[in-house]
Amino acid sequence: MFDVFALGPTGWGDEMLMGAVMTVLVSTSSLLLGITIGIVFAACKLSNFFILRAIAEVYTTIIRGIPELLVIYLLFFGGSSAVMYLAKIFGYVGYIELNAFTIGTIAVGAISGAYSTEVIRGAVNSVPKGQFEVGKTLGLSGYSLYGKIIFPQVARIALPGIGNVWQITLKDTALISVTGLVEIMRQSRIAAGSTHEPFIFYTAAIILYLLITRLSNIFFDSAEKKYSKGYVSKEAL
Amino acid sequence: MRLDLMYESFFKIVEGIPLTLQVVSISTILGIFLAVAVALMRISGSKLVSLPAYYFVYLIRGTPLLLQLYFVYYGLSQFEFIRESILWPLLKEPYWCGIITLTISTGAYSSEIIRGGILSVSKNYIEASGALGLSQAKTFMLVTLPITVRQALPAYGNELILMVKASSLISIVTLMEITGIARTIISKTYAPVEIFLVAGSIYLAINFIIVMFVSLAERRLGLEKAT
Repeated sequence: MFDVFALGPTGWGDEMLMGAVMTVLVSTSSLLLGITIGIVFAACKLSNFFILRAIAEVYTTIIRGIPELLVIYLLFFGGSSAVMYLAKIFGYVGYIELNAFTIGTIAVGAISGAYSTEVIRGAVNSVPKGQFEVGKTLGLSGYSLYGKIIFPQVARIALPGIGNVWQITLKDTALISVTGLVEIMRQSRIAAGSTHEPFIFYTAAIILYLLITRLSNIFFDSAEKKYSKGYVSKEAL
Repeated sequence: MRLDLMYESFFKIVEGIPLTLQVVSISTILGIFLAVAVALMRISGSKLVSLPAYYFVYLIRGTPLLLQLYFVYYGLSQFEFIRESILWPLLKEPYWCGIITLTISTGAYSSEIIRGGILSVSKNYIEASGALGLSQAKTFMLVTLPITVRQALPAYGNELILMVKASSLISIVTLMEITGIARTIISKTYAPVEIFLVAGSIYLAINFIIVMFVSLAERRLGLEKAT
């Protein structure tokens, strides 16, 4: 029964593992893109300009209100022409095709960006006002205020929330399989189709996802512990 | 932007709304029963009962919905005994596989919401109803449940929206609901942006209506602060 998972050309073991690596890669790059988007849009939501707040509000409402699959279809079918359109503005005329990895990263990154926005906004809001005031009193501004005083605190508070966003992102990458990127989901479909053993391969896929979840939980827990050093936990108070 | 195409495809995509709503409402209603059962198992206090519920929730929340759908639709049909069982008339239909998968998924997620709601009911209320001579069953039905519903409502509203979004996945197993029709039109016309705007607005409208109903229900039920 487990012959099908043999490594090398006779089995699907190494292919499934490569699928898992691809899932982790595309999830990680999507999360990083999402956090970047989240920082920008959280700054927009907290800004004094109505236009910026409105743009950020529209973005998070749309992404959180429509199915992820639609966003992926939009980028899968429209991504290349959008990039070519942009390239034309900068004077490049030619055919550009985005690969499935890039499309997947952009699509899932955009989705995870909307969730990250809320997490980061909440974290910035929970930094005590006094921290900003003291920083300003000390004559700090710009990078030295936000980069050195506010950001480390925001990062600590946002960490559990980002852990949740990672979970969502990881699961959303399964949807990219419809665009042909060979990650866990796609690979198990291929293997299931060619061996006529769908049950075994989907079970293997479930185990791989749970394994990644478990390992990333350990990672986030230890990161949380590390960055909470020097803080008294609420329970201890 | 091709407005005429958007106008035309709007009427085609609208035809998918009944299927989306049907699948969402059937699985939501079935899911509530599952969720209450799982939540009660988790807070039962007996390890033998609560551990299976814990692992069930862990399994469902830790894996993508698409994988669960494939597992039910393709994975289970592999076995002879399932194809000969009484469940086969259901399991061979993508429609019922979709409903089963969505029911299991929302059952797991909402069980956490319900569990949180039940745990938020103050011990004082339970003690008070005991002092008033209410039986355990009556306490649950008359005291714990109403407060739980009120507490869980905002989070459950989010879960409903997630369900509407999740129902789009059944288009992958050939069901022609909103996303399925949109996908077909996109590959015929190659106008992803226009179709995205039309289908996306329909989803936003559905979710907006849900949000309105949930906040109406929240107001009707009054703010019960369990302290």
